[in-house]
Amino acid sequence: MIKIAPVRKQVTVSASQERAFALFTEGMSRWWPATHSTLKSPLKQYVVEPHVGGRWYAVAEDGSTGQTGYVIEWQPPQRLVLAWQLSGDWQFDPELVTEVEVRFVAEAANTTRVELEHRNLQRMGDKAAQVRSMVDAPGGWTAVLESFRNCAAKI
Amino acid sequence: MAYQHALVALSDPTRRQVFEHLRQGPLSVGKIAAQMPVSRPAVSQHLGVLKRAGLVADRAEGTRRVYYIDPHGLAAIRTWLDQFWDGALAAFKLELEKGETGR
Repeated sequence: MIKIAPVRKQVTVSASQERAFALFTEGMSRWWPATHSTLKSPLKQYVVEPHVGGRWYAVAEDGSTGQTGYVIEWQPPQRLVLAWQLSGDWQFDPELVTEVEVRFVAEAANTTRVELEHRNLQRMGDKAAQVRSMVDAPGGWTAVLESFRNCAAKI
Repeated sequence: MAYQHALVALSDPTRRQVFEHLRQGPLSVGKIAAQMPVSRPAVSQHLGVLKRAGLVADRAEGTRRVYYIDPHGLAAIRTWLDQFWDGALAAFKLELEKGETGR
């Protein structure tokens, strides 16, 4: 089994834990790099619905949307775990779950250390290849549909 | 960049299947072709693309050549994400501290 080490980052900001958490989540549109969007039209909004199971999605200027993942854990203002479901070819893949955990550690009233970990990255290679090959393989949906077509033709 | 080669290489369904077969462990072209509805030359060609993308590597085993998954291809995706989060967090910090003035 291939293992890919998680991406770990940390940044210390001059802001309270509450403000850091709020900007990271409800204010994501204000800082998310515009270069990173799977949408064709420019990015207008990046939304994290503020509850467990809430969707994490982008809205483009033309109104189209693209899901990135969902909220796995929601513990304001300390911790947040998001599912990042973009596959190796940057398509939303509901079968794929890589995790982005963000911890907001209060170092002082106005100093917060933000620790980010993006893990289970090996699933990108695994899942993308695995799910699609299951669907595309001769024994997958193709076979089911072929069998259906054959039955239908006999009636 | 390397990660783009990896992504492009995996965007082909047949090539993804070839890659998937290698998850069982190192295999020869013949072994892979036997499990797929494609010819040996086609499998060889796909392996060539995967190899150039850094997703698979090969070595001689006796008289035959076996192919296996090279973790460097996925590592390229990791490197990209690593750089991406660097940029994202820098932008986050900037925005947060910009908003700090006047509050």
